[in-house]
Amino acid sequence: MTKAGTTVAAAQAPAAVVRLPRRRGIELTLIVLAVLLSVYGYCAVGIARTGTVPPGAAGYGAGLGVLALWAHLAVRLRAPYADPLLLPIGVLLNGLGLVLIYRLDLETPNNRAAPAQLVWSTLGVALFIVVVLLLRDHRVLQRYAYVCVAAALVLLAVPILFPAVNGARIWIRVAGFSIQPGEFAKVLLAVFFAAYLAANRNALAYTGRRLWRLQFPTWRVLGPIVTIWLLSVGVLVLERDLGTSLLFFGLFVVLLYVATGRTGWILVGLSLAVLGAVAVGRLEPHVNQRIEDWLHPFATIDAGRGPNQLAQSLFSFAAGGVLGTGLGRGHSVLIGFAVKSDFILATAGEELGLAGLAAIVLLYALLVERGYRAGLALREPFGRLLAVGLASLLALQVFVIAGGVTGLIPLTGMAMPFLAQGGSSVVTNWAIVALLIQVSDSARSQYDGREAP
Amino acid sequence: MARYIRHACAFCALLLAALLVNAARVQVVQSRLYDANPANRRATIARYGQPRGDILVGDEPVTGSTDTGEPLRFERSYRDGPLYAPVTGFASQTYGTTFLEHAGDGVLSGSDPMLSPLPLWNDVTGRLAPGGNVVTTLNRSAQEAAFRGLAGRKGAVAAIEPATGRILALVSSPSYDPGQLSGNGEAVSSAWERLNHDPEKPMLNRAVRQTYPPGSTFKVVTAAAALDAGVVTDLDEPTDSPDPYRLPGTTTRLTNESDGCYDASLRMAFEWSCNTVFAKLGVDVGVPGMVGMAQAFGFNDTGVRIPFGVAPSTFDPRVDRAQLALSSIGQYNTRATPLQMAMVAAAVANGGLLRSPYLVERTTRHTGETVAGSGLHPVRQVMNPSTAVRLKELMADVVREGTGTRAAIPGALVGGKTGTAQHGVGNSGVPYAWFVSWAQAENALEPQVAVAVVVEDASADRGEISGGGDAAPIARDVMRAVLAR
Repeated sequence: MTKAGTTVAAAQAPAAVVRLPRRRGIELTLIVLAVLLSVYGYCAVGIARTGTVPPGAAGYGAGLGVLALWAHLAVRLRAPYADPLLLPIGVLLNGLGLVLIYRLDLETPNNRAAPAQLVWSTLGVALFIVVVLLLRDHRVLQRYAYVCVAAALVLLAVPILFPAVNGARIWIRVAGFSIQPGEFAKVLLAVFFAAYLAANRNALAYTGRRLWRLQFPTWRVLGPIVTIWLLSVGVLVLERDLGTSLLFFGLFVVLLYVATGRTGWILVGLSLAVLGAVAVGRLEPHVNQRIEDWLHPFATIDAGRGPNQLAQSLFSFAAGGVLGTGLGRGHSVLIGFAVKSDFILATAGEELGLAGLAAIVLLYALLVERGYRAGLALREPFGRLLAVGLASLLALQVFVIAGGVTGLIPLTGMAMPFLAQGGSSVVTNWAIVALLIQVSDSARSQYDGREAP
Repeated sequence: MARYIRHACAFCALLLAALLVNAARVQVVQSRLYDANPANRRATIARYGQPRGDILVGDEPVTGSTDTGEPLRFERSYRDGPLYAPVTGFASQTYGTTFLEHAGDGVLSGSDPMLSPLPLWNDVTGRLAPGGNVVTTLNRSAQEAAFRGLAGRKGAVAAIEPATGRILALVSSPSYDPGQLSGNGEAVSSAWERLNHDPEKPMLNRAVRQTYPPGSTFKVVTAAAALDAGVVTDLDEPTDSPDPYRLPGTTTRLTNESDGCYDASLRMAFEWSCNTVFAKLGVDVGVPGMVGMAQAFGFNDTGVRIPFGVAPSTFDPRVDRAQLALSSIGQYNTRATPLQMAMVAAAVANGGLLRSPYLVERTTRHTGETVAGSGLHPVRQVMNPSTAVRLKELMADVVREGTGTRAAIPGALVGGKTGTAQHGVGNSGVPYAWFVSWAQAENALEPQVAVAVVVEDASADRGEISGGGDAAPIARDVMRAVLAR
C-alpha cells in the first residue's frame, strides 16, 4: 500500500492526523437542490401531459425530501466527515428515476410501477440509514468475508429453483414481489474479493512461478478466489444472466489488478473474456441472438417483423437529439415491456436529449470518482479495495447497460443504477452508497495530508 | 497501490467517455437516419397527435377531428361526408389521403413550413405547427342543389364562376362517406374493401376523374371553331349541308334525331342539335382548326390541377376526315370530364376568355390568418370575343326555344346545350345525358355561373330529350342556387 519513501517519511514525523472540513452544510444544500430538481421534473411531466401541475407533486417532493433528510441526519450523526457529494447524487438519481417511471406509467395506466418503486426507494434509504448507523467501521466487514461469499453463492443459486422470466432465471417471487438476488450478491462478492485480496495480495504478487512475463501465484493462494469467481459466473451462465456475470468478471479483474499491480492480469482477464464471449456467443442461442441484434439492429425491420427493442431504443435516442423532446413528450414507450427497467435510459435520452444523458452519465462518473477518491485516501488495503470494488461495480454496470441500449456493445439485461424500475437494484445501490459513505468518512477523518485525497 | 487505483479509475472514466461518444453518434450523427426509418412510428404519431386542420366551405368547416385517445390520437370526421367527398377526398390513417386532403396535406397536418412563425422554426423545435385550414371556392347551396338533383343516380356536376375560374360545385354520385375510412381499425379495412368492390364505384370522382363522350355538347366547340375560322360568317345563312350526311371517304350515312336539318343555318342546327351540319362544319374547319380550338378549351392537357389532378379530356389529332366528322359531334374517341365541359361553357360565357379552374380560395393558419391566396391562375383567349358573343346568342336560343327549355330561369339569361352520348358496343348502353350551360342574372354585367351536368343512367328516352330532360333541370337548380346569392 505504501511506497518505501512514504513509510520513511511517516517514521520521521509521527502522523499528524488532519481532519478535513465536514462540509455537511454543502451536502444538505445539494440534497435540497436534488429534491427540487426531481420535483421540477415531476411537474414538467404533468404540465407536458395535462397542462397542469400533477396533484401528487407536493406529496412526491415531501416524500423524497423526508427520505433524503433522514439519510442526511444519519450521515451527520455517524459519518460526519463523509464525502458530501455521495448522498446528493444518490438522491438525485433516485428522484430522477422515480420521475421517469412515473412518466412512463402515464403510458401504461394498467401497469403502474412508480408506487412500488417509491416503496423500494424507502426501503433502500432505510437500509442506507441502518448501514450508516450500525456499521461503525467498515473494517468489521473483513471478518465476515466468508459469510458474505457463502450468502452470495446461496443468493445466486436460489433463482434456479424458480421459473424463468423472459428467458432468464434471475428472479425469485415472494408474495407478489419479485426479487433479483444477484443484485445483492454483487455487494457481498465485492466485500469478499476485497477482503481476500487485501489479505493475500503479497502472496499473489510475489510468490509462485514465473511464466514468460507473468507471475503466476501458487494455486493455494489463487485457488479459492478463482473457484468462487468461476462458481458465481457458472451459476449466472446457467441462469442466463450474462450482464451480471460480465460484471463479476470485470470486478474480479479490476480488483486483482489493483491488489497486485500486475498488468499481466488484465491481459489474462481480457483474453479469457474474449474466449468466453466467443464461446458463449457461438454456442448459446439466447446470447447469439443478442449479438446478431447488436450487429444488425434493423434486421427484423428488413425481415418485415417490425423493429425490435434495440431498434426502438435507438429510435428513441435519435428522436431526442441534442436537447430532447422535453419530459413527457417522447414516445419511448414504443420500446415495449422493458422500457421501465433495462431501457429506462432510452426515455432519458429521448426526453432529455444528449445534454440530459451526458448530465446523467456525469453524475455516475462523479459517484465513481468519489468512490475511487475515498479508496485513494484510505491507508488500509481492505477499505481501499472495497471502495474501488464498489465504484467499479457502478461504473461497469452503467457501461454494460447503457452501452447495450445505445448499441455500443451487445445488450445484456441489467438495471441502470437508481434509475431503473427494480426493487433489488434500488436497495442494493443505496447499500453501496452507504458503504462508500462509511469508507469516505474513515478516509477523510484521518487524512494525514501526505497522499493525495 | 495508489498508482493502480488511478489506472483503474482512468479505465472507468474511459468506459463512461465511450458511452458519451457513442450516445453522440446515435443522437447527433445518425439521428436523421434513424428518424427517417419507415419502421419508426414517431412521425406518424406526431402527425395524428394533433387535430387536423379543416376544409371550409364558405366560413363553415365540412371536416372535423375526433380525439380517439389511442396512440394515433386524432381521426378525421366529416360533416355531410358524401356531399363533399369528391372535393375533400378522405384522410385515412390506413389508406393515406386523396383530393384536397392530399393536395392540402402540408397545411392541414401542420407540416407546411409556411405555417411556422419563423423560418425553420419547426425544424428547430421538432414539432408540427397546429394544423391550418383550407378554404374552398365552393358554394354550399350550389353543391347541395347538384347533389340533390342527381339524387343518387350515377353522374356528376361541375360548376365554375366564368370570370374567375372558381369552382362553385363539384359533385359525383353515387358518393360515400369518407369518415368510414378515417381510422385504422377493422371497420376501416372492411369499409375499404366494400367501397372498392362496389360495382357502383362510389369512390370514383366522376366530376374530374372520369371522362365521357361529350356528345352534342361538343358542338359548342365545333361552332366556336367554325365561327373563328370564318367557315360560318352569318348565323342565319344556310350551311350548305346535306341530310343525311355521308361521312367523307365512307359509305356511312349520318342522320339526325330531329327534322329540318337539311341545309340548316348554324342557329337552327345548334338549336335542334343537327349532327349532319356539325359533322360537315368540323370537316370544313379541318383537323388543325378543330384540334387547335379543342386544345384552347383545355382538351389534351394532361397537367390540369385544381390543385389535385384532373383526368385529361381528349380530342384525337390523328383522325381521318370521317373520324373528324364524328369527333366534331362529340363521338368517335372524343372524351371529356364534366369539369372540362363546364370550362367550355365558362369560356363562352366569359367572352372567350378561359380562366383555369381552381378549388382552393386560400389557406390559413388555425387562427385564421391567410398563409397563401389562390395564386395566379392563367387566363387564355380561347376564341375571338365576337365569336363568344354569337355563341352566347346560340346557347341562349337553345334554352329559350330549343332542346334546353327546362333549364330556363325566370329573371335570368340562361344559355345551354344538350347532349346525348351513345356508348357501349353498337351503342347498346343507356346513353349519357349531358347539359352544359351558363346563367346571368338580369341585373348582372356578366354570367355568374357555368355548369356541366352528366347523368349516366338517364331515363330510356333516347335522343336529345334526355339531355334536356334529365340533366337540364339539375343544371337549372345549380345555377339558380348561385344566382340567388
